[in-house]
Amino acid sequence: MVELLAQTGLNALYAASYTALVAVGLVLIFGVMGVINFAHGELFMLGAYAIVAVYADWNLPYLVAVAVGMAFVGTVGLGMERAFFRPLRDNPLGGLVASIGFLMILQALVSMGFGVRMEHVPPVTQEVIVITERVRLPVFRLAVILAAVVLLAGLWAFLKKTRFGWALRASAQDPEAAALQGISINQTARIAMFIGAALAGVAGALTAPLISVNPHMGHSVIVTAFIVIIVGGIGSLEGAVIVAVAYAFVHTFVTTFFDGVIADIVGLLLLLIVLIVKPTGLFGSTDRA
Amino acid sequence: MAKFAALFGFGAILLALPHALSFSQQEILVFLTINVLLVASYRLLTLTGEWSLGHVVIMGVGAYASALLSKRLGIYVPVAMLLGAVTAAMIALALSFPLFRMKGFYFLIGSFAAGEIIRLLWKRFRDPFGGPKGLKKIDPMPDFDIGIYAFDFFEPVSYYYFALAVVGVSLWVMWRIERSPVGLTFHAVHWQDRLAEASGVNVRAYRTLAFVLASGFAGLSGALLAHYIGTINPNSFDVEQMVFVLTWTIVGGTATFYGPILGCVVLTVLNEIVLREAGFEQMRPLIYGLILILSVLFMPKGLESLVRGAFSGRNARKNKAGETKAME
Repeated sequence: MVELLAQTGLNALYAASYTALVAVGLVLIFGVMGVINFAHGELFMLGAYAIVAVYADWNLPYLVAVAVGMAFVGTVGLGMERAFFRPLRDNPLGGLVASIGFLMILQALVSMGFGVRMEHVPPVTQEVIVITERVRLPVFRLAVILAAVVLLAGLWAFLKKTRFGWALRASAQDPEAAALQGISINQTARIAMFIGAALAGVAGALTAPLISVNPHMGHSVIVTAFIVIIVGGIGSLEGAVIVAVAYAFVHTFVTTFFDGVIADIVGLLLLLIVLIVKPTGLFGSTDRA
Repeated sequence: MAKFAALFGFGAILLALPHALSFSQQEILVFLTINVLLVASYRLLTLTGEWSLGHVVIMGVGAYASALLSKRLGIYVPVAMLLGAVTAAMIALALSFPLFRMKGFYFLIGSFAAGEIIRLLWKRFRDPFGGPKGLKKIDPMPDFDIGIYAFDFFEPVSYYYFALAVVGVSLWVMWRIERSPVGLTFHAVHWQDRLAEASGVNVRAYRTLAFVLASGFAGLSGALLAHYIGTINPNSFDVEQMVFVLTWTIVGGTATFYGPILGCVVLTVLNEIVLREAGFEQMRPLIYGLILILSVLFMPKGLESLVRGAFSGRNARKNKAGETKAME
């Protein structure tokens, strides 16, 4: 039993790592631009397909493929910002609807380019750290966890220590006051969108060798991300990370002891309960409601 | 009098229409008729200002309920359809307690989550919902004869007439609701909710009422669909379908009763004629996505604004005060 718990805990830690990357990106975009990006799951999907193209099809090194995926998805994010989030800045629901439209476009484009069937990505490494007979941690999963920690730490340092980070946080807190201080709202929106999208892309790229890659994979990702950011308090980065970890544990344990669909239902019920009891989330403020 | 003549002519066109179409076009006409009811009910929901992402799932509730009632309990199909609509309304009533504690964004996400939960329940519980494969061999409408016309429901034309009658009556009821004091209160709740509340209107009760009524009609459209195609599954009511409904509604515009219907008809005709004939059917999600973005960006008041611009240039200034933005 202890071994089963330990193994499930390790699985949960891995799930937490990429969930946190996706959720933090979504929160960053919401914080700075005030809009929910419904296409965030599809950005994750694009990151995974970058691996299919660059790593599996063109046989380039895996790390190169991850970098390409990150940069590419970040650039797609810049395009989204310019194409519809910026013109719809005063109309956050319109921005959300536009991102739903964009989600359909991305799914359709990927289906046309790669087909709707599941893609197989060859494993990067097969090595497994054997802790005990029944507790094993594949090296690749460990690498994903470490990469997520490094990326999140990097983001934290960027937001707290650099001028760009200050500008970003300032415009998240009060766009008007930030603009009065000479901070370009368009500039901060671009940075937030690039980083947010790139985080989703890198999460997809990192997990691609371990999951089934298909054009509709974004759906469960966005559902999870919604649960995390709403429970965490929309707009709170720390809340998103903490809840991502907590939710990954709940979801993984319920999946292990019951089944995956029940785990999804539990998650969505948590989301509804938080929306009913404390709509600003566990770690959120009332800003931007 | 001219109005009645126009209405009569329009009715005659609707009755004659299927005879000018091919078999597959007749089938599409049936779907279009059902979808008209769906978008019209969606507009009823948006009257009070809330945009739901769970409406297609509510439609599915009507479909599942009606299919199960006729399949398991052997209830006469038209009665099962009505009960399906009532079930959808009841589920909506139950959902309204958590959902109407939210507004705007939160309502949108909350309705999405509630819809997903229902869909997952269909997927998870093979008995009675049939799991991921859904329900098959749903009882068709039993044939009947009304003297002047014998309904044979293997023919799409017969089902079209039946659906047309049901949808026609439903639209008339929704139209009457909107014109009644209740409908005017819906508008007040949307545009002046503080003022309405201060004037003694129970805002939450009216929001709930609009939601429940709209869900009932959506459930009816789902029941019509279920007994026509004979098989439904959780993916028949997924986000993609919701995007179609959103697109029809936003492209049409929500300020008038006919806006979303116009959007639905125009886009369906466009889809069937242009895309299918040109062999671009695969690109439908892509094109719908593009249309959705472009209409949010450039035509926030929808197609109806073009129609009104053409018909009532002289009234344009007068109407401006009451005009509404599609997404606010």
